[in-house]
Amino acid sequence: MATSKRSSQAVRGAKSTLLWFGIILIVLGGLNWASVAFQNGQWTPKLALDLEGGTQVVLAAQLQEGAAAPSGDQMAQAASIIRQRVDASGISEAEVTTQGGTNIVVSVPGELDAETQNRIESSAKLEFRPVLYTDSASNVQVVKPEDFGMESFNATPTVEPTDGSDVAQLTDQLFADFLAFDCADVMSDPEVADPEEPMIACDESGTEKFVLGPVEISGEHISDATSSMVTNQQGVATGQWGVNLQFDATGTAEFRAVTERLVAIGATPDPTTGMADTTRSRFAVTLDGNVIVAPTANAVITDGKAQITGSFTEQSSKDLADQLKFGALPFSFQTQSTQTISATLGTWQLQAGLIAGAIGLLLVLLYSLLQYRLLGLVTMASLASLAVVAYLVVTLLSNQEGYRLSLAGVAGLIIAIGITADSFIVYFERIKDELREGRSLPAAVERGWSRAIRTILASDAVNLLVAIVLFFVAVGNVRGFAITLGITTLIDLFVVTLFTHPLMRLLATTKFFGGGHPASGLDPRALGAVYRGRGEFRRSSQAKKTKVQASAKEAERRQSLAERKAAEAAAKGEK
Amino acid sequence: MKRFTQWGNDLYTGETSIGFVRRRNTWFIVAIVLICLSVAAPFLRGGFNFGIEFTGGSEFQVSAPTSQDQTLATDDAAAYSETPARVQQLGDGSIRVQTDTLTQEQNNALRADLAESYGTTIENVAVSTIGPSWGADITRQMVIGIIVFLVLASALMSFYFRTWKMAVAAILALFHDLIVTAGVYALTGVEITPAAVIGFLTILGYSLYDTVVVFDKVRENTANYGPGSARTFAESVNLAINQTLVRSINTSVVALLPVMAILFIGAFIMGAGTLRDISLALFIGIFVGALSTIFLAGPLYSAVRAREPKIRETDAEILRRRDAGIEPDAEPEEDGDADGEPARPERENDGAQV
Repeated sequence: MATSKRSSQAVRGAKSTLLWFGIILIVLGGLNWASVAFQNGQWTPKLALDLEGGTQVVLAAQLQEGAAAPSGDQMAQAASIIRQRVDASGISEAEVTTQGGTNIVVSVPGELDAETQNRIESSAKLEFRPVLYTDSASNVQVVKPEDFGMESFNATPTVEPTDGSDVAQLTDQLFADFLAFDCADVMSDPEVADPEEPMIACDESGTEKFVLGPVEISGEHISDATSSMVTNQQGVATGQWGVNLQFDATGTAEFRAVTERLVAIGATPDPTTGMADTTRSRFAVTLDGNVIVAPTANAVITDGKAQITGSFTEQSSKDLADQLKFGALPFSFQTQSTQTISATLGTWQLQAGLIAGAIGLLLVLLYSLLQYRLLGLVTMASLASLAVVAYLVVTLLSNQEGYRLSLAGVAGLIIAIGITADSFIVYFERIKDELREGRSLPAAVERGWSRAIRTILASDAVNLLVAIVLFFVAVGNVRGFAITLGITTLIDLFVVTLFTHPLMRLLATTKFFGGGHPASGLDPRALGAVYRGRGEFRRSSQAKKTKVQASAKEAERRQSLAERKAAEAAAKGEK
Repeated sequence: MKRFTQWGNDLYTGETSIGFVRRRNTWFIVAIVLICLSVAAPFLRGGFNFGIEFTGGSEFQVSAPTSQDQTLATDDAAAYSETPARVQQLGDGSIRVQTDTLTQEQNNALRADLAESYGTTIENVAVSTIGPSWGADITRQMVIGIIVFLVLASALMSFYFRTWKMAVAAILALFHDLIVTAGVYALTGVEITPAAVIGFLTILGYSLYDTVVVFDKVRENTANYGPGSARTFAESVNLAINQTLVRSINTSVVALLPVMAILFIGAFIMGAGTLRDISLALFIGIFVGALSTIFLAGPLYSAVRAREPKIRETDAEILRRRDAGIEPDAEPEEDGDADGEPARPERENDGAQV
């Protein structure tokens, strides 16, 4: 019997496929066990902020008009600097990731105190600029060109400036702007200044305002910064706190050139007053466009080691050292959004999501039992194995890749239930179609499968495409949704191929399903196929015909090729 | 259920046939009316109702409040912003207050006020601020996503079905789904949040997914289409829609069941939030998508193909033979399966006349 040989082959094939499925399950479980045992992983997926509670701050890079978008390297560097800052403030388990080209997302469990938030936000661009002019911040006055009998203030230097400290840079326009400059306006909204041009800035306490020359040294050349007690010549602590800087090779050379110039300026008496210039011998360290410190250069620094002293406390010197050390960002950042979710709300959302998932699963099962009778149990077993595989994969991703399950991700999983169940529906309907054609169940399973898998592949490809596109253009929690949607689509293919189909092959040989028991959902009689005796059925559509009709017009049906061409030509001729 | 199975049988054999293709102009007119309504809706209703993530602002969540009186929050917020605050109650009893963008100081002050008004500690009031560029970012990415997806999906479908006309029909039906879903949002004034956008993007996939299954059957039915076929092109398409109708209904029901579960939990138990927003867009989208697959995609495809001269000639020939009483050719088997009788399709009397 050809049929029995083929079906026994099918059974053998099915059994080995199911064996593979089991092996893959065990491997997945084993990988998870390994990560729990050796890499302090967990048996549960890590949860995202909206399910666990915590604070999320989204920072956006502030770019100059027309500046190129930051490179991936720059963003990664910025993220790692921000990560160091967050760690330095003693918060554990903070996550800092880049997102969408210009954003950095900081997620921390629990609340974020104001101090840490400021520390993160002042993740600024650090620059050294020479001081050109200073004034008290309270001196704000608006001057107009008319007051001086001028048409307009000239905005370009009359003489080409020779170096960064040259007062020729102080044009009338710049000076008028400086006089009108109100520190209160800019403290909250740091400007992105052009490094090649002079700028107006205020110190952080808002008591002094400055006109600064162009950038001499950029903060990324600081290799280290520490805070310590200042010692005098004899090595005795003076009770003052200071900040120690260490420049890299480039910074050392630049710093040396700057201090040489500034010391020279400080040593030269001003021809008009006869006093040494105590303004232009200062250099300012700006962070986010604000002057954090503007010390006077007392000596030429040749070894790239500098100490900033002033009215520091232990805390403020440590903060400044941290800022200098981690402040060397390629651009400054501004907070785009902060979100705080209480832990209770997170737990509550997770529970709600899980309950919704359970209800959804139950409804799908009830419906498939109603529609497919006991065949619905196959759906149940398939969905159950899908759930197990999906859980293991998500946990593994969470342990290995740091993936965190968010509420949107949970929603993706729940929605995937429907998409997955659809694969079974396509398959079962195909088997039914084949039964209607009058085939035996084992044959219907084989043929139905070969047709269904094409459809399943095509439709799953569309879903996967959605997931991939969403993943790459995703902002915020869209990504979590895309990941679970993509994972479940792939697992769906995996389960339907390695589990559902072999299971059907095995069931097809059982008496209950193969014999078409009315409760099996595969009763050929119910499907309109007609009993022909010896367990064979004829297709439903034929049964409705009379024998005469069935054998009629045999000759016409077997038209020769020539006749057919002639008929086509005739048809064309009629038009 | 017995009757449903019987109905499925009759649909399969062509015993029962619903003239989806024959009455295609009716569906097209309905679709065009729906699209016009959806496009007009935002103008009539004064635009979409964008959530705080798109407009920017501050959001406070008061958990464990001792009072449920929402006017307390409205009064507190009135001291800081001109526009009246939006106050909602969430499922776990907490109160959500949304205001315009406030400064850091105002945020802290309002947080303290709310904690006092609702008799809870300041730790129980969570503050979130959202900058206005955030929404613009999402919108831009979403538009990019839709365009990229449409291009890739069209390529994928043209490749798989070996005809770009199927891709065109499927994408047109998809546009209908998107526009109508957006229209429902505009009409009802339901808030559009990033979560709703996720749902909206998922419709993209689902709508096409559903169509692919039907088109796969269409491809199969028209594979051996020729002068000797039993059915005209439009009739074959119609039979395919009929044959996959049971599956389309089952799929839509099965896809909607979990979505309805989320919607129910989200809307009635949790109040506003991610779950509700995602599931509402999906619910509308899947429902519209299921209908458009049956009534729009297939009929559109046959309408696009009906213009081809070759198809016209072949159809004319089929009809001529049918009138002359010539039996159609037997359809060849796709694989030599000895178990099956050769499939010989039933002539469909209720088919479409193109």
